[in-house]
Amino acid sequence: MVKSTSKDAQDLFRSLRSAYSATPTNLKIIDLYVVFAVFTALIQVAYMALVGSFPFNSFLSGVLSCIGTAVLAVCLRIQVNKENKEFKDLAPERAFADFVLCNLVLHLVIINFLG
Amino acid sequence: MAALESPQPGTPTAMRNAFGNVLSVLILVLIGVLAFSIRLFSVIKYESVIHEFDPYFNYRVTQFLSKNGIYEFWNWFDDRTWYPLGRVIGGTVYPGLTLTAGTIWWVLNSLNIPLSVETVCVFTAPVFSAFASWATYLLTKEVKGSGAGLAAAALLAMVPSYISRSVAGSYDNEAVAIFALIFTFYLYIKTLNTGSLFYATLNALAYFYMVCSWGGYTFIINLIPMHVLLCIVTGRYSPRLYIAYAPLVVLGTLLAALVPVVGFNAVLTSEHFASFLVFIIIHVVALVYYIKGILSPKMFKVAVTLVVSIGMVVCFIVVAILVALVASSPTGGWSGRSLSLLDPTYASKYIPIIASVSEHQPPTWPSYFMDINVLAFLVPAGIIACFSPLSDASSFVVLYIVMSVYFSGVMVRLMLVLAPAACIMSGIALSQAFDVFTGSIKYQLGASSNSTDDAEDNTSTNNAPKDDASAGKTDKGEEIVKERSSKKGKKKEREPADKPSVKSKIKKKALVLPLEASIVALLLLIMLGAFYVIHCVWAAAEAYSAPSIVLTSQSRDGLHVFDDFRESYAWLSHNTDVDDKVASWWDYGYQTTAMANRTVIVDNNTWNNTHIATVGTAMSSPEKAAWEIFNSLDVKYVLVVFGGLIGYPSDDINKFLWMVRIGGGVFPHIKEADYLRDGQYRIDSEATPTMLNCLMYKLSYYRFVETDGKGYDRVRRTEIGKKNFKLTHFEEVFTSHHWMVRIYKLKPPRNRIRGRTKKLKSKTSSGLSSKSVKKNPWI
Repeated sequence: MVKSTSKDAQDLFRSLRSAYSATPTNLKIIDLYVVFAVFTALIQVAYMALVGSFPFNSFLSGVLSCIGTAVLAVCLRIQVNKENKEFKDLAPERAFADFVLCNLVLHLVIINFLG
Repeated sequence: MAALESPQPGTPTAMRNAFGNVLSVLILVLIGVLAFSIRLFSVIKYESVIHEFDPYFNYRVTQFLSKNGIYEFWNWFDDRTWYPLGRVIGGTVYPGLTLTAGTIWWVLNSLNIPLSVETVCVFTAPVFSAFASWATYLLTKEVKGSGAGLAAAALLAMVPSYISRSVAGSYDNEAVAIFALIFTFYLYIKTLNTGSLFYATLNALAYFYMVCSWGGYTFIINLIPMHVLLCIVTGRYSPRLYIAYAPLVVLGTLLAALVPVVGFNAVLTSEHFASFLVFIIIHVVALVYYIKGILSPKMFKVAVTLVVSIGMVVCFIVVAILVALVASSPTGGWSGRSLSLLDPTYASKYIPIIASVSEHQPPTWPSYFMDINVLAFLVPAGIIACFSPLSDASSFVVLYIVMSVYFSGVMVRLMLVLAPAACIMSGIALSQAFDVFTGSIKYQLGASSNSTDDAEDNTSTNNAPKDDASAGKTDKGEEIVKERSSKKGKKKEREPADKPSVKSKIKKKALVLPLEASIVALLLLIMLGAFYVIHCVWAAAEAYSAPSIVLTSQSRDGLHVFDDFRESYAWLSHNTDVDDKVASWWDYGYQTTAMANRTVIVDNNTWNNTHIATVGTAMSSPEKAAWEIFNSLDVKYVLVVFGGLIGYPSDDINKFLWMVRIGGGVFPHIKEADYLRDGQYRIDSEATPTMLNCLMYKLSYYRFVETDGKGYDRVRRTEIGKKNFKLTHFEEVFTSHHWMVRIYKLKPPRNRIRGRTKKLKSKTSSGLSSKSVKKNPWI
């Protein structure tokens, strides 16, 4: 039972990897960006757990800027992904312009909130 | 619009399309004018003044803002209220309304249009109600097309519930907040329909404006997650949903935290936790859908067990953390007002100060009819229309109406949130009904002129199975209402009439109703629409336009105007020292600071229950104890509102039991039972001695018997219990023309000359204790 489960998991990982390797490079770059942002957020949360959350607005803006960046990048990825039929008529340039605008708003807010 | 769906880009269609667009814009402008002008009754019938209580505070804040600028405003510490505590205005007020009006005033002034701040404040609400009806058009258009949008906008422009909060002069948060609410919902739906990050950004900004404007923003931040959850559960997840929701949560939370009055509450109180929970869930779901997309179905089955179980574990951990957080914070992290939404009996059990406000009470059934009128009957039809076909947008509207119906049942104030939902639903219902009726009329007419026998054959065969539907539709039609003037009605009829010409005949036949039934139904719609319009105009003109600082009454010998409030506030500002403290029940705090510019002890902000309870205790205590309390608060004048002479029902005697309850909640020696005779609240000769000796009774009825010799109270419709008495610690300094406002001054403490004090004391006690005053030692 355990064996078959681990074999299944191995199969799964293999097929996942093979499926993922077919992803276009620009999407992979976005994925890397998302992973990096989430990782930064996790570091900050760990730091908060160790040191304390005293300037709470700083902590909040730090973590939320990371999460926000990740979320926006995921949105961009959804929009520029060729396999998403819903966004066929949305040009990648337009999607990127929206992404930049949204990031601009996000980080203006964060600079304001940082205190 | 029907013409938009046309497959052939023929010139007539394009012409009709352009014509329809121009007509839509024209109608929208007219709706805006209608929304603005129907709210001007208060200015025309009374005058251009700020209304009621809270608007006076907002007006005062706006004055401060326009005089001192935005930075001074954020740091403003107001020492004229809540004496001796004061209040940090910049950090405790929802700044949206004041900033809006301040900006409008600033823009107008820099354009060399010299309007006073007061004028801008008076007309902010009507202007924003025009905006709100345009936002309703946009929202409904996203849901069901522009026909429904126009109908909904016209309905919203004059729905009485909204008028009650946005007549000219009603300068309150709700005036701009309803616009912000509808506009936020519109942008959410727009993002959901287009999947554009641009609209998601705008959505977050609109949400920010809503957070700035009104505490009701928690409705948005709970409703949208619920809709997202609904979509996920019913298997309607799409990447557009992710784009509409995830950026909104992150940006919206940050933006909400920027507003000082919300601050860290945006992440710390449990009103907001639902959004974070759904935020996590949508990520799990998005990941599942993504993996499903890239894997083969067989491998996906394997993956499901792994990924979903891991996801569930993560969710459970987060839920556990949230529950722990909620449990560890006081009152479970929920603020009192929100708790009373979930448990309607919460406020009356624990917080008399919330329960004492009449707009926090549950509404009665007639108030539904008064406030949304025939829309109440149209809403079910609109819900049915939303289910055919059910889209993401229409499911959102359905959820919106269901939630707002629940909340309006809890708190009468939230009827205001229900009104836009009811208008949208009714707009959809009306538009669909018109589509069906005019479509079938057009078809019948066309069919009879073209090929008579063929068409009749068709209709007769069609009518047999359609009988049920037509009967149902006609029934609905009888309740359904046409809301606009005949001019707009014509346009409305033309619009769906386009439809049959461009749609396939087969589809159209399914909608065919008998000609006579359609015509009758249309007439009924128009007739009942006229009824709605008449009701709305009546509500705007008669019921909701009174500014409540100026009262009028119509009697046989003409119109009487009672301007006592302003008379007495003017008296205060002219005859008292600028630093004198005035005590009154909290209802009149805002007006006293704004109109008389005097320091008050408590006001309508009600943030400090103990302080209010102190004033309540003073009002319910005998004269001497009350004098001591007031003297310890540095009070110079006491203001009471008394309606017994002219029959003004919302005076202090009628509010008195709340003073007792609130006072007794903090100071247990005040017991409600002492003021009631056999559970009845009365002020006639049957009243309890505690009642007849309390300060409120004395201040209200002092010298009252001199007016008519009997002391007949026209509000309570009885003769007062104790008629001739003297005040020992207070002296009357001002009574307004109709006795509505009475101002008393605290007598200074007596000189401590032994013999004199003794003499006075004995006199005082005899004066107080003698119930039937035959021999008054003071005369």
